[in-house]
Amino acid sequence: MLSHKTIISTLLSILLFLPVFAQADNLMPTVPKAKAKANPETLCVRDVKVMRTNHMEFLMHQRDETMRKGIRTKKDSLAECITCHVSKDDEGKFASYGDDEHFCSSCHNYAAVKIDCFDCHNDKPTAASKTGSTVK
Amino acid sequence: MTQPVNTNETKTDLYRRQFLGKTAAAAGFALAPGMLLTEIAHAKPADEAVSTKNRWGLLINTNKCASGCTACVTACQVENGWGEINKSEELSRASQKAVWIRKVKLKDKQTGHVQSLPLLCQHCEKPPCVDVCPTGASFKREDGIVLVDKHICIGCRYCMMACPYKARSFIHETIKNQKVHAPRGKGTVESCTMCAHRVDNDGIPACVEACNAEGHQAMYFGDLKDSNSVISKELAKNGGQQLRADLDLNTGVRYQGIK
Repeated sequence: MLSHKTIISTLLSILLFLPVFAQADNLMPTVPKAKAKANPETLCVRDVKVMRTNHMEFLMHQRDETMRKGIRTKKDSLAECITCHVSKDDEGKFASYGDDEHFCSSCHNYAAVKIDCFDCHNDKPTAASKTGSTVK
Repeated sequence: MTQPVNTNETKTDLYRRQFLGKTAAAAGFALAPGMLLTEIAHAKPADEAVSTKNRWGLLINTNKCASGCTACVTACQVENGWGEINKSEELSRASQKAVWIRKVKLKDKQTGHVQSLPLLCQHCEKPPCVDVCPTGASFKREDGIVLVDKHICIGCRYCMMACPYKARSFIHETIKNQKVHAPRGKGTVESCTMCAHRVDNDGIPACVEACNAEGHQAMYFGDLKDSNSVISKELAKNGGQQLRADLDLNTGVRYQGIK
């Protein structure tokens, strides 16, 4: 038979840890919603699940196509990801890569993924990237 | 000093163009007369790879290049986000900072004659920077534009040693606020891209645009393989000189008027 003490202490410990279990949902990364072009039909350039798993492959492929062959299609362009996905905060400022509010790092921080894309590439949308290619 | 640019290829290309031209003209009359020629001359679809059909080049007339004018340099800085435009390189000495294009003054000590010219990557047909690169980061596109693939550049700077024109720079510091079409980062080498992002969209390099806007018209941009392009016609008529022609690099950037 369990003693009263054991039962009480077990109940107490469950009560103590309950809040932790309750908060488990909030421990997942909060990925900011894409604003610029997202619509209910397409959501992203591909199915969201596919993008979450394979975006790095698409980006890497596009990287070589653009760099080596001058193919500048927009579908898998990093600049397009940034334009659509990186949004302003309440003060009207764009988050930088590394901040939890930045689309890329919101998930990368959670998953401990280290990338060096933004050592060279701009991590924020700019006027030029919004209007697409610049001057003729 | 005058050297023809790929005489054989130009010839083949001419035949091909004439053939294409005739076919296009036939189709053009059937569809929409007058609209077709410009379509043929320009417009690489965004999903089409650059090809050896083109070789992009620059022709610089030093007689028209005004000494003291730095419009081309400023335009390059604004377009590609280096120098005065991007202040990220704050700890580097002047000699360490990135320079994609510079104005050079030539003075003949005997006569005192002074000339001014812009010096940039010469986009060689046989680039020494590509020869020495241990990773394949330094490469030449099919259309003749010489670039650095910073994704695989390890920053060894062999290419900087190999370049006879001092055209390349190494980035020593963390760079912020890059232009979207001109990524730049610490630990990699960079140089003039002949504004590949503009060229791929049927544009002309920012330096040429700025020179024209200033009214100097000292720079031409065009296809060296297209015998009908302004640059080819001008080169065929008046010739153009390579810097360090003795190195036999067949540069894509040619100069007129250097005395």
